[in-house]
Amino acid sequence: MKIVLDHLTKRFPNRNRKIREDVVAVDDFTVEIPDGCLIGLLGPSGCGKSTILNLVSGLEEPTSGRIFFEDRDVTNLPPEKRGVGLVFQNYALYPHLTALENIMFPLGNLRGDERLPKDEMHARAVEAAKLVQIDGLLDRRPSEMSGGQQQRVAIARALVKKPGVLLLDEPLSNLDARLRLATREEIRRIQRETKITTVFVTHDQEEAMSISDLIVVMKDGRLHQIAKPQAVYDDPVNLFVAKFLGTPPINVFSGTVKAGKLLIGSEPVLDVPGVGDGEVTVGVRPEGFEPVTEGGPSSAKKGGWIPAEGLSFACALDRVEVMGRDTSIVFAHPTLDGAFGRAIVDAEEAAGLEPGTVRFALRPSKTRLFDPKTGDRIHIAGSAEA
Amino acid sequence: MKKQNLKAWLYLLPAAAFLAVFMIYPLIDVVVYSLEEGYNSASQSYFGVGLYNFSYVLRDPYFLQALKNTLILVVITVPVSTTLALLISLALHSVKALKSFFQTVYFLPYVTNTLAVGLVFMILFKKTAYSEGLVNLLIGFFGGPSVDFIDGPYWAKMLVMCIYTVWVVMPFKILILTGALASVNPEYYKAARVDGTPKARIFFRITLPLISPMIFYLVITGFIGAFKAYSDAVALFGVDLNAAGMNTIVGYVYDMLYGNSGGYPSYASAAALVLFAIVFTITCVNLLIRRKNVVN
Amino acid sequence: MKPKDGKTFSFGRAAVYLLLVLWGVIVLFPFYWMVLSSFKSYSSYNAEFVPRFIVTDPTLANYRDAFTAVPLARYFLNTLIFTAATTAIMLTVTVLAAFAFSRLEFRGKNAVFALFLSLMMIPGELVVITNFVTITDWNMRNTFWGLILPSVTSVFYIYLLKENFEQIPDELYKAAKIDGTSDLKYLLKVMLPICRPTVVTVTILKVIECWNSYVWPRLITDEQAYFLVSNGIQEIRENGFGRENIPAMMAAVVVISLPLVILFLVFRGKIMSGVMRGGTKG
Repeated sequence: MKIVLDHLTKRFPNRNRKIREDVVAVDDFTVEIPDGCLIGLLGPSGCGKSTILNLVSGLEEPTSGRIFFEDRDVTNLPPEKRGVGLVFQNYALYPHLTALENIMFPLGNLRGDERLPKDEMHARAVEAAKLVQIDGLLDRRPSEMSGGQQQRVAIARALVKKPGVLLLDEPLSNLDARLRLATREEIRRIQRETKITTVFVTHDQEEAMSISDLIVVMKDGRLHQIAKPQAVYDDPVNLFVAKFLGTPPINVFSGTVKAGKLLIGSEPVLDVPGVGDGEVTVGVRPEGFEPVTEGGPSSAKKGGWIPAEGLSFACALDRVEVMGRDTSIVFAHPTLDGAFGRAIVDAEEAAGLEPGTVRFALRPSKTRLFDPKTGDRIHIAGSAEA
Repeated sequence: MKKQNLKAWLYLLPAAAFLAVFMIYPLIDVVVYSLEEGYNSASQSYFGVGLYNFSYVLRDPYFLQALKNTLILVVITVPVSTTLALLISLALHSVKALKSFFQTVYFLPYVTNTLAVGLVFMILFKKTAYSEGLVNLLIGFFGGPSVDFIDGPYWAKMLVMCIYTVWVVMPFKILILTGALASVNPEYYKAARVDGTPKARIFFRITLPLISPMIFYLVITGFIGAFKAYSDAVALFGVDLNAAGMNTIVGYVYDMLYGNSGGYPSYASAAALVLFAIVFTITCVNLLIRRKNVVN
Repeated sequence: MKPKDGKTFSFGRAAVYLLLVLWGVIVLFPFYWMVLSSFKSYSSYNAEFVPRFIVTDPTLANYRDAFTAVPLARYFLNTLIFTAATTAIMLTVTVLAAFAFSRLEFRGKNAVFALFLSLMMIPGELVVITNFVTITDWNMRNTFWGLILPSVTSVFYIYLLKENFEQIPDELYKAAKIDGTSDLKYLLKVMLPICRPTVVTVTILKVIECWNSYVWPRLITDEQAYFLVSNGIQEIRENGFGRENIPAMMAAVVVISLPLVILFLVFRGKIMSGVMRGGTKG
């Protein structure tokens, strides 16, 4: 089922009664979620993600704007008429009911023609339980199950009515790191099997990147970007999105553009055709740094990109950290936002580097320019960004 | 280690001493008293050991009257007050405006002197030479017959007693139940709403089971409390409860011990032990039922 | 549970408020009635066959009567002494015991604590008989000690305080030991201040209990000079002011109820949360 949010706005009265102004939780939010997609709704805590989920589920009514499921306007429908399944952060399993009773609970709400015979209800519940692979634990109460198992019961309960839309509110945040990995694969599998349109709220960018078909990045109630995970990473629309995604985070310098050349400090580092002169904010992904030595770029022998002659800048090398596959170079630079930056390079490139000065060339495909005032992206003409 | 031991006992000494003298010793003593036949408090002598005291008490019409009164009181007030408190707590839970004002008002009877307010109740229900009493005027206004609730027929006296008992126990129950309702995770209600659960089903299938431990707690404490009823009766009907036919088991114990009909600690002990046995049995039965029906 | 923020009027909401207001009236009416009657003069009270709900010519004469015709001030003072002394001794005894259970190690600690806990189940009615005899044998009838002694320990409060004391991290005790703080000083300067809310709760609950206690004082006192307010009220009820002077009775009832009502209004939150944590009536 396709979900369309059309200029959706939700205001709350301020909790602090002295402040008259409403809190705008969702601000003119417009997005179209294609049918059968798993989309990750990503943003820092308090950005309005959960409010979006409550609006889509019908637990809250928008102040203005409309919500469509396919062509059906559901804005004023109560939750039960919308055909949505919702999984809560704390699962909200009824503690006094067994797993089976919990899963059957929504079916028991059906009245009139919709009401199913008892054995049909049971069959549906077992079917849902099989889908999430907890059919062996149906007699257990929530307190007798692990967090991951409770999570599956919650998903089964949300799916048992065969909803058109599945909503997951921070579903992994209460699990430990190992279980989180397994469960997110599981959610992906269940979504693939059911082909149900799924909205997945998270503040963890790695989680969103790993399983979503599309990522919606939001902040302060506003939509910033909707795109495929790799596109959001590679092609952020603004500095916020660039900073929010990626571990280690993007390195941010302040630079200047003069006559088509980007300067960090006073050293030219990149050709930036089509960008007007002036101050810019430069974001460089950790993998966008290439250490260069006096004799030329150290990775010249590798195929692909070769740094241009004379385009590099000097940084103070603080230390080299070896972490298994990757080696990171921790460095400082006067124009850097923050005390230290981090570059990830191949192990052999880092060999022989000593604390002192290191020169970096920048890969154009990993370097992005932003307006220092608005944070908006400044595009570089031609194929320089590819 | 030895020194530490000694010091600890020093800290415990006052509590242990008081408990030994005023709890443990009396506990043994009450059993001894109850078995001493023909105990004379003047000469402090007795002439036999046996169960005569119990059989005397169980055949004493005053005790049987007190037992009957207490049982009626328990059977009526515990369900009525618990249900009413649940209704009021649900109402309280569902509103925002004036909530804390209502909570404060509802709790007021808890801190007031049972005897003092009982006197006001008596005046409201009593017929005097000058006035029918406010309640009777109210009944008359609706066309009912006037009844003397304080010195009149048994059922009328019982009714006042029940009304006053409910009035007295409500603050505690409302407090506990509003607390229980507030502690239900609101996500359960959200989940139920997404599934379109009807209000009645939410109440019976979610709310009620989740607060059932607290309801059981209230029922048990309510049983125990109602079995120990005494000062409410005194407030309404005066010290001579036997004459009013409104005595309670606890009242019977005290009357046997002290006052015009007093001086029989053996009978008092036997009656007290009978009360304890009843309360203990009911508590155990309650706990058994609870274990079967309630999950935590 | 309600979908909208109460902007629309609904029948259900009206019924809910009706119930709430109705119960509020039932709760408050006796208080209103007692205050109202206490300001009516004896003659006007008795002249009203249908009682009036307002008082046209308020008089303080009933309050004067309440203090002069019966020794109400004496009852008041007695109750004050009884409440203060019982609460103070009880606090000392229970805090010391709770400290021993929570912080000190000694042999048989668990067994003793289990014994204490089991005493919680013993109803007061069972031990009153022997205590009555004991106090009588000690010639303590009609004395403050006789009133106070049997109620200065509470297993439940020991339990409550012990649970609270145990939440204080061990590190604080170890730090105090390294600084050479004595156990008693640690208890007074560290534990009690940290656990102040619980101590306040226990104090308030005990004060309420003392102020309203009736049965034990009735058994142990028959001289008016040692009556507490509850017994005073009962005495007024039985023997009154020489005649059935209801306005004066109501004045006495108002005076007796006032201290606790004020205490309640001031410490509302503390009292209610304290009772929720483990008070029962009676």
